Parts: sequence; C-alpha cells; structure tokens
Amino acid sequence: MAKLRQCAIYGKGGIGKSTTTQNLVAALAEVGKKVMIVGCDPKADSTRLILHAKAQNSIMQMAADAGSVEDLELEDVLKVGYGDVKCVESGGPEPGVGCAGRGVITAINFLEEEGAYSDDLDFVFYDVLGDVVCGGFAMPIRENKAQEIYIVCSGEMMAMYAANNIAKGIVKYANSGGVRLAGLICNSRQTAREDELIMELAKQMGTQMIHFVPRDNVVQRAEIRRMTVIEYEPTAKQADEYRSLANKIINNKNLVIPTPITMDELEELLMNFGLMEAEDESVVGKAAAAEA
Amino acid sequence: MSQQVDKIQPSYPLFRTDEYKDNLANKRALYEERHDQDKIDEVFQWTTTEEYKEINFNREAITVNPAKACQPLGAVLCALGFEKTMPYVHGSQGCVAYFRSYFNRHFKEPVSCVSDSMTEDAAVFGGQKNMFAGLENAKALYKPDMIAVSTTCMAEVIGDDLNAFINNAKKEGHIDQDYPVPFAHTPSFVGSHTTGWDNMFEGIARYFTLNFMEGKEVGSNGKINFVPGFETYLGNFRVIHRMMKEMGVDYCLISDPTETLDTPADGKFRMYAGGTTMDEVKDAPNAIDTILLQPWQLEKTKKYVQTTWNHDVPKLNIPMGLEWTDELLMKVSELTGKPIPASLELERGRLVDMMTDSHAWLHGKKFALYGDADFALGMTKFLLEMGAEVTDVLVNHANKRFKKACEEVLKASPYGQNATVHIGKDLWHFRSLMFTNKPDFMIGNSYGKFIQRDTLYKGDDAEVPLIRIGFPIFDRHHLHRMTTLGYEGAMYMLTTLVNAVLEQLDKETRGMGTTDYNYDLIR
Repeated sequence: MAKLRQCAIYGKGGIGKSTTTQNLVAALAEVGKKVMIVGCDPKADSTRLILHAKAQNSIMQMAADAGSVEDLELEDVLKVGYGDVKCVESGGPEPGVGCAGRGVITAINFLEEEGAYSDDLDFVFYDVLGDVVCGGFAMPIRENKAQEIYIVCSGEMMAMYAANNIAKGIVKYANSGGVRLAGLICNSRQTAREDELIMELAKQMGTQMIHFVPRDNVVQRAEIRRMTVIEYEPTAKQADEYRSLANKIINNKNLVIPTPITMDELEELLMNFGLMEAEDESVVGKAAAAEA
Repeated sequence: MSQQVDKIQPSYPLFRTDEYKDNLANKRALYEERHDQDKIDEVFQWTTTEEYKEINFNREAITVNPAKACQPLGAVLCALGFEKTMPYVHGSQGCVAYFRSYFNRHFKEPVSCVSDSMTEDAAVFGGQKNMFAGLENAKALYKPDMIAVSTTCMAEVIGDDLNAFINNAKKEGHIDQDYPVPFAHTPSFVGSHTTGWDNMFEGIARYFTLNFMEGKEVGSNGKINFVPGFETYLGNFRVIHRMMKEMGVDYCLISDPTETLDTPADGKFRMYAGGTTMDEVKDAPNAIDTILLQPWQLEKTKKYVQTTWNHDVPKLNIPMGLEWTDELLMKVSELTGKPIPASLELERGRLVDMMTDSHAWLHGKKFALYGDADFALGMTKFLLEMGAEVTDVLVNHANKRFKKACEEVLKASPYGQNATVHIGKDLWHFRSLMFTNKPDFMIGNSYGKFIQRDTLYKGDDAEVPLIRIGFPIFDRHHLHRMTTLGYEGAMYMLTTLVNAVLEQLDKETRGMGTTDYNYDLIR
C-alpha cells in the first residue's frame, strides 16, 4: 500500500473549490483510489455532489445535538458516496456567532482520534473555506496533516491576489514543517490568455499550473443533479479534463516552498497581460468635481 | 522514622529527619540531573547583581509573577458586594474554581460563584445555550435576587455577546423579563483585576440606572455615594460606615461585601449576607455626589457616573494616611454641610500622637513596595508622612499618568527624592531591586515571601523582610479584617510598620554578649 497523501485545496471564495475537488476525487475513485473528503467550511457543501445530498450532517452540528463531541461515533458522521468516497463535513456555527476555526480544529481532532484516517486510504482532500481568516482554517496544513496544497484560481485579478496571499500563508508553515505548494489549478473563467497568465504566475511563485480546467456547462448540468461530471456524463469531454487533473496529481512530484510575489510584481504581471492599466498617480485622491 | 500514626507530622519537620534527608538527596543525585551546588550558587549570586538587574529590566518576552490578577476576579468581588447577588462567570469552569479558591485562601470564607462551564462545542457554536441553562439553573438552585455576569477569556476570544444572550434568555423564558442580570465583558487578557471590578461596577450601575434617569435629580436624596473599587480589607468598608455615621452624613457604600466575606460560625451557612441593595443602586443618581475611594482603578465608573448621573466626582486620592483622609472628610463636609465631628478630630489627634511617638523609629528607614495603583500611591504618601524613605514603587497594571502622579507625590517630600516608580514590571523585577537597592523592608502581598527567602540566602545582611499589606495575603491569618483607610487605617499601618522595624532590631541585637548591648526593654 502506498503512503497516504493528504492534500488541501485552498482558493478565493466562489472560485469553484468544492466542485473541482469533488470532480477530481470522483476521477481518482474511478481509477480505484480510496479517497476521503474533509469539508472544512461551516457551509458544509463540500460533499454534496458525491453523496447526492443537499448538505451532509456535519460533525459540529451532530456534536451540538448530541451534547458534546465525545458523544459521537465515527459512523455517525462519515458517509460513503460515489466510488466509495468517504465524506465528512466539519461544519460550524451560523455566521456571526461562536468560532468556526475552532470547529475545524475540533472536527479534525475527532477524526484522528476516531481512526478516520484508515490504512486503506490513498488520499485525503481537505476542502477549506475560501478566506483563511484565523489559525483554525490552517489546521489542515499543520504538522502531520496535509502536505500538498493546491490552490484553485482563475485569470481574474482577485483570484490571483488570493492565490498569492495563500502562498504567503503556506511559507509560514513550510519553513517549519513539511507542507508544500503542489500547484495552481486554473478553473477557467474564460478571461483573455488565461492559461498563459496563470502559467506565468505559477512560474513566478516557484510552482506549476498543474492543470487548466476549461469552462463547460456540463458541470452546471451535473450540479443541478447533485452529481459530479464523472458520474453524470462519463463520456463528456469535461470528465476527461478532471481525469487528466487526477492523473497529474497522482504523478505530481513538484512540491515546493512557494515564493510569493510582491504586490508590485503582481500588478506588473497583470499589466503585461492587459488586465490592469498603469496607475495614473496624478488622479489619486481627486474627487469627480475637482477633475472636471 | 517515617510517618507514624500516633504522631502525624507535616512536611516540616518530617522532611528534616535523616530518612527523608537521605531519600531526597538520593532522588536528587540519581534522577534530577542537578547542577552542582557551586554552579547553582554562582548563578544565584549573578541574579543578585546590578548587571543582572540591567538585563532583567530589559526583559521583553515574559512576565514572572505579575503582581496582578485577571479581570473576572475583580468582577466577582464587585458582584459579591450586592445584596443576594450571585456572581456568574460566562466561560470556563476552571477559571471560576480559581476565583473561588483565590478569595477563599485570602478571606478564609466560602465564596459563592457560578460558571456556565463552556466546553469545546460551546467554543465553536458560541455559549448562548450555556447561558440559557446557566441562568435558569443558577436562579432555581441558589435563589439569588440578582445575577451579575462577567466573562472569561474563552467567551471573549470567540466574541460572545452578553447583551444579546441575556436578552434572548429572557425572551425565550429561561428567566423572567424583569429579573436583574447586569453584565460586564471582562477579557482576562486585557487590564487586571481592578479593571474587571471597574467594568462590573459600571455594568451594574448601567443596568439599574441608564434607562431610568428620568425624574432623577442630583442631590435629591441628600446622600453621598462611595465606590470602593477592588478592596479586600474588610475594615476599610467598616471604617467608611463608621466615619460617615459619626459625621451624621447620609451615604451609600455601593458594593459592600463585608458581611458575606465575614460570616460567623454559628451553625448557619449564609450564601448571601448583607450587601448594597438594588434600590440603593437605583437611587444612587439622586445623591449629592459620588466619591471614588480608589480613583486610579475606577476610570470607567468615573466616566459613567459623570456623564449619566451628572455627578462631579471630586478629585480625591485614596484616603490613606493623614492628609488624604483629611481631604476626604473635608470634601464630605463641604458637600453635605455637616461639620467634622469632635470624635473624628479626637481620632485624628490620636493618630498624630502615634505618628510622633513612632517617628524616631521610622524616620529614614527605607521601604520598597508593590501592589495595586491606588494602594501603592496611598502607601507611598503615608510612608512619606512618617518620614520613611521610599526606594521603589512597583505597580504592574498602572499607566504612565499614574507614574507621573506618583512621582509628583514623591518629589514633594524630602524622603521621596531617591525613589523610582516602576510600571508594567513584575515581581521578578522587584526581586532584582531588593538586591541592588537593598531597602530595609518591602511592603506587599504574600508573594513577597519568596523574595525575602532569596535575599536571606545571599546573607543575613542582605535580607529584606516582608511586611504584609496588600492582596492576596494567604499565609497570615485575619489580616483581611484590618483597616488601611482613614485615621484608623493609618493607625493599623503605623503599628504594623513600626513593630516590624522593632522586631527586626530585636533580631539583630539579641546576640548574647555580642550585639545585646542594644537589646533594649524599652523601644
């Protein structure tokens, strides 16, 4: 049996982390890999396509219902879906109360104590809330957990900012531990020269664009049915894209400590690709009336 | 021989028997990987040097023995001063066990206080459920008339909203809509126990008066309000009562835990005893004015009383020593029109008499002290009044304004010229000062005893004896019943100080045939 590989998926909110992760995992399952998905987001929507469910009961919700985490057992929270993929959602409080980060820590500790990381697993994927706002959301990349990080991004400016910021976070952990950046996954938004742009960004950050996932409406059609493309329409071209991504991840040896770029460098890159215009310093701080 | 059933011995003297000495020596030799004694002594000596003091005072990373406690501890004491009030701490259970045992060790009394025991899931989802059940249970089990809520770090880190939680608890019927639940956010990682007292007091004042100011008129009840702040000398509450009664002044001491922290052993357990009533708090805005007995720790209270109750809040210092007690009484007289009675004049005269009697022994003696801001300032003032020299004043939680104010007091006296005021420093800093500045005595709480032990280890000449005035005092009994405020308090402090000086002199002069030429019967 090969060593268990734990991967964390980060990226800007709404970029398609959960969709990409589940399609990727489905493709891995298709080739016989044993995979577990750990959703680390209070919204608990990281496993719906695998389970064909609206939202899985989360560890924290069930713990709250049962009284405490100690009252839970693994089978209560672990569901098995398409391709024998194991699914867990950490869950967390409603917006505005409590501490969602602590929820992620509690949930992952619970999974470890209860033996969810069983020997037969090949991969664990952590699907993490878009904004890593506190230490709790870095739990998946602490020591002895995810060693490979994939960042989902697109050719949009804010997605690239976010990817670069996440890389900065990784550096903090990478210098003291084994966590490494494994690549950028470009989830296309069909912006101009998107693949070249992300490849250039990846190069500057010291990593790779591991795959370019084109945009295809079949993803949405599958989503409506709460299914991955792999399951919904295995012959679709898009399914092959996810298979290709899965294959690249299986064989990925390119794990690096990233070299995040400065704001100036990022802006320069965006300007080179025509996504941003050079700043006109003379207009800074001028109201419309003053300019007229 | 080891422990025997018909003669049970405590660790001292038991551990001085050969069996235990050998045992401990073996343990040391075999398992402790201890450095040899020469090395330990070398390091010890180094920690007593001026050079080490410099390094110590440039310390940035850690605090060693901070000479302050945390906010909810103060909030609990404040709540204990109100009639039939249960202090309730929203957060971790262990914190509350700490508050209870801390007070328990000082007052030698049971201290009632509850927690809503937040656990891991409460940390994730917020503690609202705990608050619901906690309020309902605390009220049903302990039947208080008021529950005063404060918080621990855990609830503060996750941002629990007390106002919303308590209102929701009322809305959902866990407690009645009109049941009084004042509250204060008391994050332990900000400020100190005195900040927590201030916050809780403001919370209680706010709860009973903020929305009920209509019809309130300053001076209409003819009373003077007194706010004690974090005060642990029970005599200090009693002396305010006595002095005001002697003056014939109508007053209200808001937050008075003397009864509940000094219950008699008559076979009856009193969960609640005495304390300021809710009606008194509601009536407080009608007073002529509000006097803060420890103004340096009552910033928030001062602001609230000034802006909401529209009281002047006269600028006074803690009434410690002669002059500042004079100022308090004169201010009360001025505000109420009541003259200072002959009985207090007589008491003052007695204090002055005592001061002149003991002056010769205290004059020029050097003291270093640490404690809460107001206490430290008052003690400084009193020492200077006695002609004692102050070498160092250390207050961990005080600000720069306090430092300046304390320096002003010191500068105004010839005995304060060589003093330094240290803020934001801890007892390990203070330890350095005891070696390098070598005062004759230090004044502070029980924690100073370890510094005294260390100074003695350096040699008999280096020992700096501790005089126990402050909080907490765990290792001497009943001192919490004494008084440090007013003329009466000055008499107690004077007695304590001068006898400590004489005790020390006796110790130094009792060598038969060597120093006992000065071992006098009459001092």
